[in-house]
Amino acid sequence: MLKIKRVPTVVSNYQKDEAADESVGCGRNCLGACCINGARLPLYACKNLEKSREKLVISHEAKEPPVAFLESLVLGEWEDRFQRGLFRYDVTACETKVIPGKYGFVAQLNEGRHLKKRPTEFRVDKVLQSFDGSKFNFTKVGQEELLFQFEAGEDDQVQFFPCMPLDPENSPSVVAINVSPIEYGHVLLIPRVLDCLPQKIDHKSLLLAVHMAAEAANPYFRLGYNSLGAFATINHLHFQAYYLAMPFPLERAPSKKMITTASGVKISELLNYPVRSLLFEGGSSMQDLSDTVSDACVCLQNNNIPFNILIADCGRQIFVMPQCYAEKQALGEVSPEVLETQVNPAVWEISGHMVLKRKEDYEGASEENAWRLLEEASLSEERFKEVNALIFEAIGCSDQEEDHEGTVVHQQSPNGGVVNQNSNRIHGGVITNGTAAECIVLQ
Amino acid sequence: MSLAESSVSVFTDEEEEESSSSFHGRYTLWIKEALDELPHNFTITDPFLSGHPIVFASLGFLQMTGYSREEVIGRNGKFFQGPKTNRRSIMEIREAIREERSVQVSLLNYRKSGSPFWMLFHMTPVFGRDDGKVINFVAVQVPISGRGHHRKVRIGSGFSGDVSLDHSELVFGSCRREVCFGSFVHQDPALPVECDGDDDDDEQGLEDWEHCEASESEKLKAAEAINTVLSTLTRYSELNGALVCGKRCCFRGADCLSSSLVISLGRIKQSFVLTNPCLPDMPIIYASDAFLTLTGYKRQEVLGQNCRFLSGVDTDSSVLYEMKECILKGQSCTVQILNYRKDKSTFWNLLHISPVRNASGKTAYFVGVQVEESCRNTENNELRPETRQLSVVGAVRVAVRSLSMVTC
Repeated sequence: MLKIKRVPTVVSNYQKDEAADESVGCGRNCLGACCINGARLPLYACKNLEKSREKLVISHEAKEPPVAFLESLVLGEWEDRFQRGLFRYDVTACETKVIPGKYGFVAQLNEGRHLKKRPTEFRVDKVLQSFDGSKFNFTKVGQEELLFQFEAGEDDQVQFFPCMPLDPENSPSVVAINVSPIEYGHVLLIPRVLDCLPQKIDHKSLLLAVHMAAEAANPYFRLGYNSLGAFATINHLHFQAYYLAMPFPLERAPSKKMITTASGVKISELLNYPVRSLLFEGGSSMQDLSDTVSDACVCLQNNNIPFNILIADCGRQIFVMPQCYAEKQALGEVSPEVLETQVNPAVWEISGHMVLKRKEDYEGASEENAWRLLEEASLSEERFKEVNALIFEAIGCSDQEEDHEGTVVHQQSPNGGVVNQNSNRIHGGVITNGTAAECIVLQ
Repeated sequence: MSLAESSVSVFTDEEEEESSSSFHGRYTLWIKEALDELPHNFTITDPFLSGHPIVFASLGFLQMTGYSREEVIGRNGKFFQGPKTNRRSIMEIREAIREERSVQVSLLNYRKSGSPFWMLFHMTPVFGRDDGKVINFVAVQVPISGRGHHRKVRIGSGFSGDVSLDHSELVFGSCRREVCFGSFVHQDPALPVECDGDDDDDEQGLEDWEHCEASESEKLKAAEAINTVLSTLTRYSELNGALVCGKRCCFRGADCLSSSLVISLGRIKQSFVLTNPCLPDMPIIYASDAFLTLTGYKRQEVLGQNCRFLSGVDTDSSVLYEMKECILKGQSCTVQILNYRKDKSTFWNLLHISPVRNASGKTAYFVGVQVEESCRNTENNELRPETRQLSVVGAVRVAVRSLSMVTC
């Protein structure tokens, strides 16, 4: 079994160091059966995106659109919790900067995020694990940490109910604060919170996340996802989101089209980026795009390949980044300098937003360092190709790569050398799909 | 999705006046006539007006797009984009505006008739020579003929990697096809994109929606047009004694916000002001349109003033003292205070004040958000006024923090 030790992120004030105590019943206003009766929370039901897609895509507003309703709700409720002191630290007091250079990596010094926690062992070789109610999960958060209920509506109009009972029968999807934010507005979207789904992509839940990105209507509000083995710390299905009003380096990276699916979803690979990644965009509807990405993620899950997802550009672009950092770390193959920074390359780091824990790393932050760290997370070229083949098969596209273009792109890595795409280490080595209790890493 | 649904000017009279004074304040009276003599297709926008609207459109531009001047003035450049406009170009333009620099990028825009066309979009900021502030953005548009050019792998600014292909004829074909195809899509938006042709053809079509590279001569033409417009603007600002130039000659002063921050703040439609605690007497450095509507003052009457001009004889001085204490401690507070409009009429202001930190974590501004007490009884399906008020604080925090991350 592969394990790494790391400091878990505290996302809720009710998260204990140990497995959460079971003395629910409970006086703390959680989401358990003990407290949920009579609980009320605003409900935001977004408009039916298929019906209103054209309105969404075409922005012929007379002027720059005003701050959208959902954005006001997220920001207003978040600021309310901020002023009520529910966060562990003031994220706006964390120094942050754009690292000089052509990629625009963003570095943040966040010394408070990981304090007062002991490292915990995380199993990293199993992307799918069943839900364990004895561990911390989002039914244990306090109701004051919840901002609102969110659902994909049927109407072509947004519906909002300022005070809607939480209905345990319907298992509402909720948006909660992350008490250890890495940027302003850092929230968690927890699909059907009471159903206690494990951290595993399914079509409906991803579509809900894409809806949220579209409804927020702000390209600087992205949603992210970490699978188990790719730095998710809580095995209870959740997406994260926050505001950062600048492009992520991942979004700026050039890309090359690989295939287009029957439903018109274009899949490209990123060029000149330290983590080999896929970009999904287009499609005749938002659901087509979301479903294609879900198919790909289900395939990754079934093949036990850890991955991250970034939903960008108001849901129009979805990046999927398979990775192998934790596995390498468990095998002792990550370089010591990189390991020393204790930076975990989860979705935000891989997108280019580096949250640094040590002042010296922040002050000495450079493109080279960021690149070196992220490179460790990337699959090798060979493995990436294998994984792509698996994905294309799963979404019903044989590899139609346009070889006739014969594009050769020589990439300068920031440390000056040409990136050797044929790196001789085969990383993200095939992990046998764990029917056996222990997973074996094939080298 | 009718593009022509509104044929009247999108400015109200008041905004119209503001737009025209924003333009004439900097330049002499005959600037519009001088710009009209230029043969190029271009627009001029003002980032300091809410919505970053177009304040001038050349005759060539109007001819190219099929709109009348009234239909265009007051619009944001987004007005001309549509479903097939390439997202990457939009991102590049957005980032150039944010960073106050020029950009040259191919862009697919739509005419009034609904037909799309590829053009080379070249935009550049115009700076005030004395204060280093961005006055306007000039955007020149050169239609791309689609002849004899090569395609580029999608490459962002700062990346390099031209890939020449011997498919120029093919690309030309696709470029033309897109245009027809686009108008087809436009007429019936419900149709999926891959509605005709065989698979290979569609792939090619989709691919070329992504990019259409301009020729070197088109790029040159755009750059020359930019220079001509800039020198006209310079000449007409010179005569007026308020020089503008194409290059930033000095850094912005502390009392002057970046145009990108102003654009972000302009999206917030509620009444609020930003004050700078680092300047003597904590003057207002930004006031939203809704604040001006609420109080009856004009922007130039409030900028540079301390907020106390809103108080009057019946204003409770203990509330003023409470506010002052919070500001000194760097805390946020909500108070109820009697304020006076310009016409001396009074209103109860549910005022929230919060310090706002920049990317270094230091308090850079205070934001004050006003809610008129009488407006508090809102409909049941809206956000609570308190939530809306705090959402302004949040939006200001995001804008200030993100836009101060780049040290330039």
